[in-house]
Amino acid sequence: MTGRRFDAMVIGGGLVGSAIAWGLRREGLSVALLDEGDAAFRASRGNFGLVWVQSKGLGAPWYQRWTRQSAESWPGLADDLAKQNGLSLGLSQPGGLHLCLSDREMNKRAERLEQMKREAGNYGFEYRMLDAREARDLLPGLGPAVVGASFTPYDGHVSPLALLRSRHQGFTALGGVYLPNVKITGIATAPRNFLLETNLGTIQAERAVLAAGLGNAKLAPHFGLKAPVRPQRGQVLVTERTRAALPMPTTTIRQTGEGSIMLGDSVEEVGFDTRQSQPVMAEIAHRAALCFPWIGRLNVVRAWSALRVMSPDGLPIYD
Amino acid sequence: MFRTRPDHRTETVQVIVEGRALMVPEGSSAAAAILLAGLASIRETAVSGSPRLPWCMMGICFDCLTEIDGVANRQACMVPVAVGMRIARQHGARDVPR
Amino acid sequence: MNLVPVKAPQAPRKFDLAIVGAGPSGMAAAIAAREFGLSVLVVDENAAPGGQVFRAAELAGADPALARDMAPGLELIARFRALDVTYRPGATLWMLDPDTGTLSLSCLNETMEFVAERILLATGAQERPVPIPGWTLPGVMSAGAAQIALKTAGMVPSGRVVLAGQGPLMWLLANQLIRAGVMPVLVETRTQPILRTALEQGGIFSGFAQLTKGIGLILKARQSGMRVISGARHLRAEGAARVQSLRFEGGFEPCDTLLLHEGVIPSTHISMAIGLEHFWDARQLCWRPRLDVFGASTHARIAVAGDGAVIGGWEAAVASGQLAALDAAFRLGRMAQAARDFQAEASADALLQARTLRPFLDALYAPSHEILAPPEESTIICRCEEVTAGSLRWAAAIGATGPNQAKAYLRCGMGPCQGRLCGPTVAAVIAETRNVPVEEVGHFRPRAPYKPITVQELAGAQHGADRLS
Ligand SMILES: Cc1cc2nc3c(=O)[nH]c(=O)nc-3n(C[C@H](O)[C@@H](O)[C@H](O)COP(=O)(O)OP(=O)(O)OC[C@H]3O[C@@H](n4cnc5c(N)ncnc54)[C@H](O)[C@@H]3O)c2cc1C
Ligand SMILES: Cc1cc2nc3c(=O)[nH]c(=O)nc-3n(C[C@H](O)[C@H](O)[C@H](O)COP(=O)(O)OP(=O)(O)OC[C@H]3O[C@@H](n4cnc5c(N)ncnc54)[C@H](O)[C@@H]3O)c2cc1C
Ligand code: FES
Repeated sequence: MTGRRFDAMVIGGGLVGSAIAWGLRREGLSVALLDEGDAAFRASRGNFGLVWVQSKGLGAPWYQRWTRQSAESWPGLADDLAKQNGLSLGLSQPGGLHLCLSDREMNKRAERLEQMKREAGNYGFEYRMLDAREARDLLPGLGPAVVGASFTPYDGHVSPLALLRSRHQGFTALGGVYLPNVKITGIATAPRNFLLETNLGTIQAERAVLAAGLGNAKLAPHFGLKAPVRPQRGQVLVTERTRAALPMPTTTIRQTGEGSIMLGDSVEEVGFDTRQSQPVMAEIAHRAALCFPWIGRLNVVRAWSALRVMSPDGLPIYD
Repeated sequence: MFRTRPDHRTETVQVIVEGRALMVPEGSSAAAAILLAGLASIRETAVSGSPRLPWCMMGICFDCLTEIDGVANRQACMVPVAVGMRIARQHGARDVPR
Repeated sequence: MNLVPVKAPQAPRKFDLAIVGAGPSGMAAAIAAREFGLSVLVVDENAAPGGQVFRAAELAGADPALARDMAPGLELIARFRALDVTYRPGATLWMLDPDTGTLSLSCLNETMEFVAERILLATGAQERPVPIPGWTLPGVMSAGAAQIALKTAGMVPSGRVVLAGQGPLMWLLANQLIRAGVMPVLVETRTQPILRTALEQGGIFSGFAQLTKGIGLILKARQSGMRVISGARHLRAEGAARVQSLRFEGGFEPCDTLLLHEGVIPSTHISMAIGLEHFWDARQLCWRPRLDVFGASTHARIAVAGDGAVIGGWEAAVASGQLAALDAAFRLGRMAQAARDFQAEASADALLQARTLRPFLDALYAPSHEILAPPEESTIICRCEEVTAGSLRWAAAIGATGPNQAKAYLRCGMGPCQGRLCGPTVAAVIAETRNVPVEEVGHFRPRAPYKPITVQELAGAQHGADRLS
């Protein structure tokens, strides 16, 4: 495969890159989607699956608005994708809870959401602080350690893996060219002309999109851009399947469409290290068992750690 | 379907498989007791509900997931029998233990 | 033999050498390590020592169906039992931190932790998956499963029994079943000619004793009147709610129990999870950890011995366990390098001798392509998540270059077995679809907990309990 030309190339086949590639292809462009192979830092394969609004964008009202708007456009997107591929993404947006295990946590939470509301201004921000009894009405089985919760109606969850599959499947079905196992060895840029030397031959396109997740930090300077993203580790535990038990997700506990309960997810600054750490796993398990004592008796059948793609201030990077 | 050879394994333990009392040789696993009980299957999968019996007997395949002494989804081939142990069918995804 | 209390002490107890697995290699390593004065921990998830080959030997030793096969094991077990080591039966290793040397074990629903300077994985082998159509039907089991039932409980399948597949273990089991009063029908899938393979691979002179034993098993079974069908292809298990027959090209065998076997492969679940380097063994058609002659791995603290390192049988497992113990003594400063190398010679010789016949056996019993990568679209590959060969081919075609991306698309390997059973088949099907060698496709990345433990148990693990302020 030497010397292929496309209207556009997208570097990175995670959720972001595959969505952009899919969109460009739908607009009629010829598109190459370049990706690494089976073993790669791919946050899209290791995430928790929340479509989460509450507390996103504290101190950055525009980000708060974006998050809300994108959560609102989720039902339409899920319908579209289901129509195209016949694959359900398991989207559910019944609202969500953040559970507090002490009065201190409760007070901090109340302050945080109060600030969100203030910053939302005319856009509005609907939330409620619930006491233990009210929280229990929404989520039966909460343990005595839970002193209260915050609730917003905007939150929900989705199957991230079904989404990734749906994107890849849809892109290929639309005639897009997915090129996994690519190794970029040289980059040449000129106005409306980008040329990559790769192990698969040269790939040329009028437009290039950098969606390489953590790979963007290294790639961006070659394109005269800056993307100072860093890895931030998160660990997740998954239990065996149970009958439907959790009508809505919380910040760290959700039941998937298959019936597994996912317990997450830690925040660790450890660089490019995807090893697991037992103390962190123990803490996730401990907290989950405090929130829902019955979860303590479930078997953990899977666990992993993965790297988030984090910007210096935790906010989106844009010009 | 399995049978014992009582001449060669004389010591036995009584267990209860799906409500039926059964003498099984000492040293058996709960999965061995299930095979001796002659059940058509011991679980239905959580995915499609298809029936299963143990496949490997050595802890690899997890097709022996069973309710043992009230605890769901235990790996029966890795659990040695004990007097009075109750072994019951696992119906797909487990109930929520409240 | 001293037992430690079930409750983990405040600071985890420390050992010179921790051995995971009390099979022949683990036991031999423990015996040798004590000779050099190391403090030794041995853990095994089974209730008694013996591993696969000598499973429940202390119970089965008097069983006429098994006595002769168990005899060498009883001797080894007796020596092991007499050792001054900390032996923890019924304890499953669910996490290993190679950097700190911490072993997390689950025992009677409690978590225990130990720390060791050196760690030897002696976790043995598992049977290769045999994904023929219908292999999930009740009544279809692996041959090893029936052997385990016989060893631990003296029980045998009743009704019509069909053994199908190939390998030394199949012939051994046939003999054991016959001795136990069951006459199976053997449907052999071997495609390689014995004589030519022997001449090509060699080893039959130095491995003469083993060869005679193997041929003896085959002759014995045939003399007992066992029916043998040779060269069977396109096997499928048939039946409605349970297996009723085995069908193959040109034939049909009714059965109540169908026992399948296509050889054994190293159990690499833990060695992969802790990140040891592995390579593809094109002769044994399996992944193996990269090791030196002493079994030392690419991680400075970890060694691997026995059939978990390379399939060689129990005598090779014993020898490789001894070598690993010698190396541990050397690395812990209890023995000079020259002394290690001098003492190693006997075990190294034994290892060579035990392995002479392997190339011949590996070639003779190489599984056919249809066993490695089932051709029929509807054949289930991942028993846990019920993922078929057809959907895997589809995933590979839309861009899954390896098992981990296929898992993300299809959930294969996401069930409780964590890909132990489907891993080899998933990789082989992707390799076939993409038309590249398996080693290029790679393998699942297993993660802790290696075996399911409850959330509560995990929460109670060492540091967890008092972390939350
Ligand atoms: C089902 C089966 C049956 C076999 N039968 C025979 C036979 O009859 N004759 C023969 O010559 N060979 C047999 N083999 C071949 C076998 O591999 C032997 O060569 C021999 O048992 C290998 O010895 P080993 O010490 O390497 O491992 P093994 O004997 O397999 O011992 C490994 C030990 O590690 C333990 N273990 C594994 N994982 C964990 C964990 N996470 N935590 C704690 N403990 C763990 C296991 O419980 C086991 O006792 C059999 C293999 C299999 C898979
Ligand atoms: C533990 C955890 C939990 C999370 N929970 C949530 C959550 O609940 N909700 C939520 O919305 N988000 C969550 N996230 C974040 C979310 O997963 C990421 O924001 C998202 O997946 C980023 O997608 P991406 O496509 O930008 O990056 P990635 O998925 O990382 O994709 C980048 C792709 O680029 C490829 N690549 C890299 N370098 C190159 C190169 N040089 N050439 C070619 N290809 C290259 C990689 O192989 C990869 O496929 C979580 C993340 C983690 C780790
Ligand atoms: S029968 Fe395979 S794990 Fe129990």
